[in-house]
Amino acid sequence: MEEKILKIFADSTTRYFATVSDGSARLGTPYLRDETENPALDYAAVIGISGHYRGRVCYTATREQLHALLPQFGETECDESLYADLVGEITNTISGNARESLGAGFMISPPVLIPASAAAGAIADAGAPLPCYVLPVTWKEHRSRVLVTLQPQPVHKPAPDAT
Amino acid sequence: MTRPDTSRPMKLLVVDDSTVVRRVVERNMKRSRFGEIRLACNGREALAVFDQFQPDVVTLDITMPEMDGLTTVEILRQKKTSAIILIISALADRSTAVEALKRGAHGFLLKPITPESLHLAIEDLLNN
Repeated sequence: MEEKILKIFADSTTRYFATVSDGSARLGTPYLRDETENPALDYAAVIGISGHYRGRVCYTATREQLHALLPQFGETECDESLYADLVGEITNTISGNARESLGAGFMISPPVLIPASAAAGAIADAGAPLPCYVLPVTWKEHRSRVLVTLQPQPVHKPAPDAT
Repeated sequence: MTRPDTSRPMKLLVVDDSTVVRRVVERNMKRSRFGEIRLACNGREALAVFDQFQPDVVTLDITMPEMDGLTTVEILRQKKTSAIILIISALADRSTAVEALKRGAHGFLLKPITPESLHLAIEDLLNN
């Protein structure tokens, strides 16, 4: 995957935290996930990518991060369903904002919430396995990760008119 | 377009598949000029609420299960409603915003939203 695509997701993640919270996110060095590693934390959501790219984008976070983030939205009582909902909305926002650079051909599905134990499997695309990059994110000492598995797809242009 | 009567408490329909987003919009708009607010978690649910509720303003996400926001805005426009429709979406490419406006939305607010950006967008649409 091109470095510039990872940077798009890094920028999108930084912008999310800078906009919704009173503290900025610190990004770690992205790395290629080892097949034996399960990078999923307590909550995870995945978005399927189609169109000019094929793959998945996943956001996974600790309960502590989500618990600390929810009051930034005015929530005073946090529960399991709100943690799960927020992790889905973050995945959606980070992926959707990436279209500013990747264009409308970067098509995203609604987020699917997945048990953290299944996140590693869910991120691996069915069929040809694609490399998965992990972008570590720290916000107020709370951990989360953006997992990106993407492959550009050939864009079929209509054949030139033979006449 | 007929402008809603802003001198009376207005009605708002909030459509988003995220509970957190629905509640952020509801909480912030309750404090402003909206007397009655209803929530829906996708386009299909929004259409079911719309006819009976007759909102003055609709905030509408695009990426939703069951029925997406672009399809919903098109169906709402076919109803010849005067409701103001504000798209609130994470889809940051220009062509999506243009398409939403083409289908009949009045404004486009990019996620993530803040209380300030939300108030500004709604007030802007109601006043202009």
